[in-house]
Amino acid sequence: MDLSLNVDGLTGIRGQRVLFRGLSFRAGAGQVLSLEGPNGVGKTSLLRMIAGFLAPAAGTISLGGAQDAEGRGRLVGWLGHHDAAKPQLSPREVLAFYAGLYRIAGDIDAALDAVGLRAIADLPCQYLSAGQKKRLALARLKLLRRPVWLLDEPLAALDAAGKALAAEFLSAHAKDGGIAIAATHEPLGIACEKLQLGSPG
Amino acid sequence: MTPLLLRDIRLATRAGGSAALALGFFAAVATLVPLGVGADLKLLARVAAGVLWVAAVLAALLSLDRLFQSDFEDGSLDLLALSPLSLETIAATKIAAHWLTTGLPLTLLSPLLGMMFGLPPQAIGVLTVSLLIGTPAVSSLGAIGAALTLSVRRGGLILPLLVLPLIAPAVIFGAGAVQAVLDGLSNGAMLLLAAFALAATLLSPFAAAAAVRLNLAG
Repeated sequence: MDLSLNVDGLTGIRGQRVLFRGLSFRAGAGQVLSLEGPNGVGKTSLLRMIAGFLAPAAGTISLGGAQDAEGRGRLVGWLGHHDAAKPQLSPREVLAFYAGLYRIAGDIDAALDAVGLRAIADLPCQYLSAGQKKRLALARLKLLRRPVWLLDEPLAALDAAGKALAAEFLSAHAKDGGIAIAATHEPLGIACEKLQLGSPG
Repeated sequence: MTPLLLRDIRLATRAGGSAALALGFFAAVATLVPLGVGADLKLLARVAAGVLWVAAVLAALLSLDRLFQSDFEDGSLDLLALSPLSLETIAATKIAAHWLTTGLPLTLLSPLLGMMFGLPPQAIGVLTVSLLIGTPAVSSLGAIGAALTLSVRRGGLILPLLVLPLIAPAVIFGAGAVQAVLDGLSNGAMLLLAAFALAATLLSPFAAAAAVRLNLAG
C-alpha cells in the first residue's frame, strides 16, 4: 500500500467562520509534519477532518488511497486533547482494553515500561497526574501500531524527559515508514517539516 | 466487541458504577410506594405491575445519560470510533452492557418486590418475564436519547423527556400483561411487548450510531 496523505483544496468552516480555504499539502511515508499556528486557527479541526470525524466544507482528503471517512479512520492512530484514561481503570487495564479493541497482540508491560509507567501500572488512573496520563496516551498510540499518527498537543503537560520520549516515539514511527502530524505550540525536538496555518494578526 | 462489553461491565460494576445505583434506586422507589399508598394489599397488588415497571424504567434511565457521555468527555469515544468496530456495533455493544448491568439485575430483583406488593405467584412470573423481554427495549431506546444528548451539558435532564414517550408502549404492554393475569383474562400484551422490544432492539443501534457520528463532528 502506498502510504501517503494528500489534502487538496480543503476548506474548513466551524460555526459559520472560515478557518482555512483551499488548503493543500501532502505527506509521504516517513514524514513528520509539525502543524503550527495561533490559537483558534483550526489545527484541531484539520486533524479531526483527516481522521474523518469532521466533514470538510470543500476539498478532498486521501489517505493511503482511502477517500472515505471510515477508510481513513482505520489507518489513524489518535492522540487527542483528552487522554481517554478512565479514572476507574489502571494503566494496564486501559492498554489491554485498547489492544483488544484494535485486535493488536502487543506487549502491555513493555509498552508501560517504555513510558516509565510500569511502577504504577495497577493504580487507578484517577490518581495519575496530567503528565502521566499523557505518557499513557503515548504508550497506547505506539501500542496500536496505526500507520498515520494524528497528535493534538502531544507535548502538553509532559516534563522534559516526557518530551524527549515523545520525540523519540515520533522519530521511530517515521523511521518505520509511518506518517505523523502533530499540532503543537512547541518545537517537537526532531527534524520535521512545518505546516503553518493562518497568518498571525 | 468483547473487550468493549467487558470494559463497560467492569466500569458499571466497579465502585461508583451505575449498576448498584440503578438497583438501589429501583428497590427504594418500590419500597416507598407502599409507604405512601398504605398497607392495603389488594390495592398494592393492583398497582404493583405499573409501579414496578415505572420504577424499572426510571432506574435504567438514571444511568443511561452517561452511556456515551463519559466516553465523549474523556476522549475515549474518538478512539472507539477509530477502532475496527463500526459505530453501530459499538452502540449495540454498549446497549448490551447497559442491559446486563441494569435491566437484568432489575428483572432478577423484581420477583422479591412483587411478593412485597402481594402479587400472586402466577402474576409474579408474568411480571418477571415482561421485564426480561421489555428492559432491552428500555436500554436500546434510551441509548438513542443518550447519543443525541451526549454533548449537552446536563443532558441527563433532557434525556427522560426525549425517551420516555418512546418507552411508554413497553410500560403499557408490560404492566398490561400482568393486569390481564390478575383479571383472569388473556390478552396479547406480552406478544405486543415482545414485538415492540424486538423492533426497538434491532433498530436502535443504527439510530444511536447516527447520533454519535453527528456529535463527533460537533
